[in-house]
Amino acid sequence: MPTVTMRVNGKTVSGEVEARTLLVQFLREHLRLTGTHVGCDTSQCGACVVHVDGNSAKSCTMLAVQAIDADITTIEGLADGETLHPMQEAFRNNHGLQCGFCTPGMVMSAVDLVNKNPTASETEIREWLEGNICRCTGYHNIVKSIQEAAENVGG
Amino acid sequence: MPDGVIGTGIGAVVKRVEDFRFLTGNGNYTDDINRPGQTYAYMLRSPHAHATINSIDTAVAEAAPGVVAVFTGDDMQVGGLPCGWQIHSEDGSPMHEPPHPSLAQGKVRHVGDQVAVVIAETLEQAKTAATLINIDYGILPAVMDMKAAEAGGTLVHEEIETNKCYDWGIGDKSAVDEALASSAHITEIDIVNNRLIPNAMEPRAAVAEFNKATSEYTVYTTSQNPHVIRLLMGAFVLSVPEHKLRIIAPDVGGGFGSKIFLYAEETIITWASTKVGRPIKWTAERSESFMTDAHGRDHVTHAKLGMDENGIFTALKVETYANMGAYLSTFATSVPTYLYATLLAGVYKTPVIYANVKAIFTNTVPVDAYRGAGRPEASYLLERIVDRAAREMGIEQVDIRQRNMISADAFPYQTPVALEYDSGDYQATLASAMKLAETSGFDLRKKESQARGKKRGIGYSTYIEACGIAPSAVAGALGARAGLYESAEVRVHPTGSVTVFTGSHSHGQGHETTFAQIVSEQLGIPIENIEINHGDTGNVQFGMGTYGSRSLAVGGEALLRATNKIIDKASKIAAHCLEAAVDDIEFKEGNFTVSGTDKSMAFGEVALTAYVPHNFPHDELEPGLDETAFYDPANFTFPGGCHICEVEIDPETGVTEVKNFTAVDDIGRVINPMIVEGQVHGGVAQGIGQALLEGCSYDSDGQLLTGSYMDYTMPRADNVPNFKVGTQSTLCTHNTLGVKGVGEVGAIGSPPAVINAIVDALSDMGVTDISMPATPSKVWQSIQSAKASS
Repeated sequence: MPTVTMRVNGKTVSGEVEARTLLVQFLREHLRLTGTHVGCDTSQCGACVVHVDGNSAKSCTMLAVQAIDADITTIEGLADGETLHPMQEAFRNNHGLQCGFCTPGMVMSAVDLVNKNPTASETEIREWLEGNICRCTGYHNIVKSIQEAAENVGG
Repeated sequence: MPDGVIGTGIGAVVKRVEDFRFLTGNGNYTDDINRPGQTYAYMLRSPHAHATINSIDTAVAEAAPGVVAVFTGDDMQVGGLPCGWQIHSEDGSPMHEPPHPSLAQGKVRHVGDQVAVVIAETLEQAKTAATLINIDYGILPAVMDMKAAEAGGTLVHEEIETNKCYDWGIGDKSAVDEALASSAHITEIDIVNNRLIPNAMEPRAAVAEFNKATSEYTVYTTSQNPHVIRLLMGAFVLSVPEHKLRIIAPDVGGGFGSKIFLYAEETIITWASTKVGRPIKWTAERSESFMTDAHGRDHVTHAKLGMDENGIFTALKVETYANMGAYLSTFATSVPTYLYATLLAGVYKTPVIYANVKAIFTNTVPVDAYRGAGRPEASYLLERIVDRAAREMGIEQVDIRQRNMISADAFPYQTPVALEYDSGDYQATLASAMKLAETSGFDLRKKESQARGKKRGIGYSTYIEACGIAPSAVAGALGARAGLYESAEVRVHPTGSVTVFTGSHSHGQGHETTFAQIVSEQLGIPIENIEINHGDTGNVQFGMGTYGSRSLAVGGEALLRATNKIIDKASKIAAHCLEAAVDDIEFKEGNFTVSGTDKSMAFGEVALTAYVPHNFPHDELEPGLDETAFYDPANFTFPGGCHICEVEIDPETGVTEVKNFTAVDDIGRVINPMIVEGQVHGGVAQGIGQALLEGCSYDSDGQLLTGSYMDYTMPRADNVPNFKVGTQSTLCTHNTLGVKGVGEVGAIGSPPAVINAIVDALSDMGVTDISMPATPSKVWQSIQSAKASS
């Protein structure tokens, strides 16, 4: 079985995996980083979004071996101790989450959006979120959260 | 009860206490749980909608690498999955209840039916081994069309000799027929309420474990009501007594009804955990969710609404076919009867109503409650037929509603279909919604759309629902096999902090915040000192769980009553310590004071006295400060409101865009406005999803065509607008909190507003009807058909 080594949330980790092991399986089952979720089997829902070398990626749609030597950030690595990342804080402040299941992927996706396009319009935010499905919030408060975080980061 | 708004009390916008763990990846969902020595289960499912199982050969699979055990229906000889609500047909006969085995017994009845379970060291090994099971199926014709199924032919369940589960009615049929015969005008409509797939974002999952030392089962499962699961699984399926069966529903990633029910998979792995002697985990893949989570809606209805010459409703007659799917899911039978036809008065004074409902078995996934459960079907039917009646009578949409609405001074109002509404002001919610939606500017906006070649329409829905389910005696008389009270224990600790045990269950609703607000308000203590504990039958007294927008109206009221008991006892303790009569003790903002004096004790001091009872009225009271209340509601609650939708349609492509959506709901007292708005947003998005995007589709062989997110259109962020949401409340008259419930209003009120808006937009082209989901191709086809016939 191949050995994979990567940096996850700032720490170097390695493990033996089957070649077919998905990145999300490596994170959840080998590293027990269960904040990254699996909500579908067709790469649609986005509950599994993490950052790979600074870009959002669906961790259900890449193999662990494709992440060898990559720098991975998961939802567990976003806050600075007890201090939430501005995006996490904005979601809390605007009731941008209900059941919490899509939330990790939603937040990781949103952070990438604001990194790439800090002045995203409402339409751009909604289009960016095409790959993240939420069944609880109706997206209204998610969009509001992202707008607030963008303002806070920009300001 | 106190009515002041303190920082963390009733009416305050309190940020949710549960958010920190969800935002940092520290949620604890069922699939996040791993037990030592755990094995993995994979369900082998039927690829056929309807077939006999002539033989199953598991020998090769059992010998495959990593396989621990393989079980089929022959191995699992236990009770069937029970149905919790017995309906009687109009002729008095009880409904048909064919067996519902967890693992198929000689026959499969829908695509996805469980045929065998493979348990292995890894999930991959279990899946691989499942491909080695050899099954000889005898394929039968699939029973798919409800009206054809009613006539007979192929039977889903031969033993009941029919495909009809029941043929039920409510209301005075002859009075309705007479009134219709003498009506000045009758509006008729054919309505299909499209079948939906719930799609909570967390797929169902379970981890089951048997402890040989204690003979106790522990089952982690994705449930909205763990005590109900314990009762049904223990008493009806596995014959395990409740004190040996612990059900834990940890963080649950959305439910929308689909996680109320007892499912086969959780019973299979619980049963199998004793056979293999190790913990077993099962997690649904999304494709399994599509073909095994109970679906929602699926009604086919014909209705007639009689009116006098002024458009005043004289009678309503409804005939509905309701799809049960292949087996009766836990509460399936109640949905198209007592949760549907009893709502057919809506907000209107229709004097006589009759509804007939035929429940039909088909070779599809069982159908059960999904957000709104019966009430969206009622509101959609009513608000569509009222819309059409207005057009046929040449009366404005708002006008016809106002002419027929129950007036604000008519409460309590007895409808002709069993319910007694306690409070409401439908004219006020309508007026408030119209103001918020700025309907006076619609004509201008329509012209502006026209200038861009777009068709703009506006649609109204003035709806009502019944929730706060339910008075147990009434439910029992109507066939419920359970009570529908709720429970709460308030355990005050010696230093004055509080743990609440509630029988309600939060899977997104935010009870850890709102229930804590009730306690904070009542006991005058900071919210940080309050913990809400739910979901574990090992900790929590028996409770009925969360569905039907009942948590606050029933569970919240139980909690309020438990805190009142705490205050009563604490007042007596304080009176003793302060050497005063208990009648002279006032409790305010966390302090017990002897009225007219400065003598007082803080809540925490009283708590300490209760647990360190050196100076204590032992002859009158027991030590401790820990109270439980069970609350059985006196009536349903009746949230209602007005939803107004504005759409813009591109006639060249048929694409419909929701430009504005306004919801003003009467939900009674609001505990946390932020959470209320979030609940309405989510419900409305699901309603827009039903109206425009979502539709479960099977082919004539019973193959599920919408089996993934590639085929079943979920609402995405760019399918919905920002919503305008408001409340216009009258208080519920029969609970102390005055609350009605908000979980389902969005999904109940919104679909007819969307469809009415589309019909309005296209009415000048001759379009009079459009079915859900109003996809671009359907809208475009309607436009072309209308053009061709004009």
